[in-house]
Amino acid sequence: MQALTNRVIAVNRKPITFVESLYLWNILKGMMTTFSHIFKKKPTIYYPEVKRPFSPVFRGLHVLNRDEEGRERCTACGLCAVACPAEAITMEAAERVEGEEMLYREEKYAAKYEINMLRCIFCGLCEEACPKDAIYLSETFAPANFNRRGFIYGKPDLLIPNPLSQAADLALAKGN
Amino acid sequence: MTLLSIDTALVIEKLILIAVIIFASLGIALYTTFAERKVAAILQDRPGPNRAGPFGLLQPFADGLKLIAKEEIIPSGANKWLFILGPGLAMTAALMTCAVIPWGDKVELFGRTIALQVADINIGFLYIFGVVSLGVYGVMIGGWASNNKFSLLAALRGASQAISYELAMGLSMIALLMMTGTLQLGEIVKQQTGPGHHWNVIYQPLGFLIFLVCAFAECNRTPFDLPEAENELNFGYHQEYSSMKLGFYLFSEYINMFISSAVMATLFFGGYDLPFFNPANHTPNFAATIGIITLMAKVVMFIFFFMWVRWTVPRFRYDQLMNLGWKSMIPLALVNMLVTAVVILMRH
Ligand code: SF4
Ligand code: SF4
Repeated sequence: MQALTNRVIAVNRKPITFVESLYLWNILKGMMTTFSHIFKKKPTIYYPEVKRPFSPVFRGLHVLNRDEEGRERCTACGLCAVACPAEAITMEAAERVEGEEMLYREEKYAAKYEINMLRCIFCGLCEEACPKDAIYLSETFAPANFNRRGFIYGKPDLLIPNPLSQAADLALAKGN
Repeated sequence: MTLLSIDTALVIEKLILIAVIIFASLGIALYTTFAERKVAAILQDRPGPNRAGPFGLLQPFADGLKLIAKEEIIPSGANKWLFILGPGLAMTAALMTCAVIPWGDKVELFGRTIALQVADINIGFLYIFGVVSLGVYGVMIGGWASNNKFSLLAALRGASQAISYELAMGLSMIALLMMTGTLQLGEIVKQQTGPGHHWNVIYQPLGFLIFLVCAFAECNRTPFDLPEAENELNFGYHQEYSSMKLGFYLFSEYINMFISSAVMATLFFGGYDLPFFNPANHTPNFAATIGIITLMAKVVMFIFFFMWVRWTVPRFRYDQLMNLGWKSMIPLALVNMLVTAVVILMRH
């Protein structure tokens, strides 16, 4: 029969030799192998104390952005929800009223904005779809929780701190 | 009434010795569980348990606490008394063997000479044999009383394995017995100590090998841990057990390992004898301390060996186990016995 790839290895069907049938020699060889592992370097990362750095393109937990004046950028256009392959995003739009210009950048805003982190596959398509630079994937991941409700992130969880009124919090969130 | 006069001091002395030995055995077994996990981890390039206490040293206590805190379940179909008796028997049998092992030479305390051995009975060999065979009843009763077919199968396996390997073990011991001419463990150690005397392993390498393999089988250690073969029998004979009763079973395995290491060290590696160290040149207490430390070092080495093998060799298949036992071990032990007999005859 012709081999399909060049990586075929024929099964060794030779009857075991006398030395092999004694077991002892081969067990000794195996024990030497395991013994050599005592001196090997352990690849373990001691997690809570040591953390592996994320790559700069890591796609983690979402944040909702604000502009320089601290106004929410999202205009509740729904493009992210449409783009989302996992249907993780829902929102409710509302119209900005007189006197809310410092809160919302556009005339329409998201009154409710929720991402279900259990559905999300962290593909980043929402980030790409957004015309307003409002949603970004950060470099952290969703922490564990005791119930499902805790994985549905609303606006308070997602919005970044206001760069004007909460500058210190923002610096902290950015990790510097 | 001199026949019934009891030396009270002797009784107290022995009771203290028994308590010390039992607690030491339990403590060592406790830390053997920890060592097992550490050795496994190190052989597999992992750090192993390192969270409870410094270097994870409190891990065995955490494990014990967890086992105690678990719910105690007795299956409704189980035979209640036998179900409770099983783990107790396994534990008792495991601990009983330490009575005849000479842990060291004599010490002198409060003007008394105390032998560091609970009972230097003249049938020490046979006693160990008897108690080791009792140990299998723990497995048998536990497996039978659980009213679970997996447990029962595992118990049957355990029993047949123990019987097969006890034969070879006994034969290898007979060869040793012919050489030493005594069944008394204290005497056997004395024959191996002192200048001009050699450890029995030099005269009986094959006997030692057979004894070692059989000890693995008797302790239900990998590669012969068929009574607890997870992949075919779920959890083996202690499947239905929970809480501390399960703990007793697991624990007795480690005590067994400790005791058989001590027995092997005593029979073949000179017990508390340290080569090139003459106890006659030192005070008895110092010599005894050195002796105990030596014996413990040998035991630790054996325990490490047990673990090393466990994390290297995969489990035997049941028919392979029986083949090895009946077709290799027993004939080998017989040959060993014959050769020993011929050599002894020729030297006379
Ligand atoms: S990252 Fe992907 S899956 Fe997650 S919310 Fe955005 S589009 Fe949906
Ligand atoms: S996050 Fe962006 S895409 Fe999604 S609704 Fe808001 S503005 Fe539109």
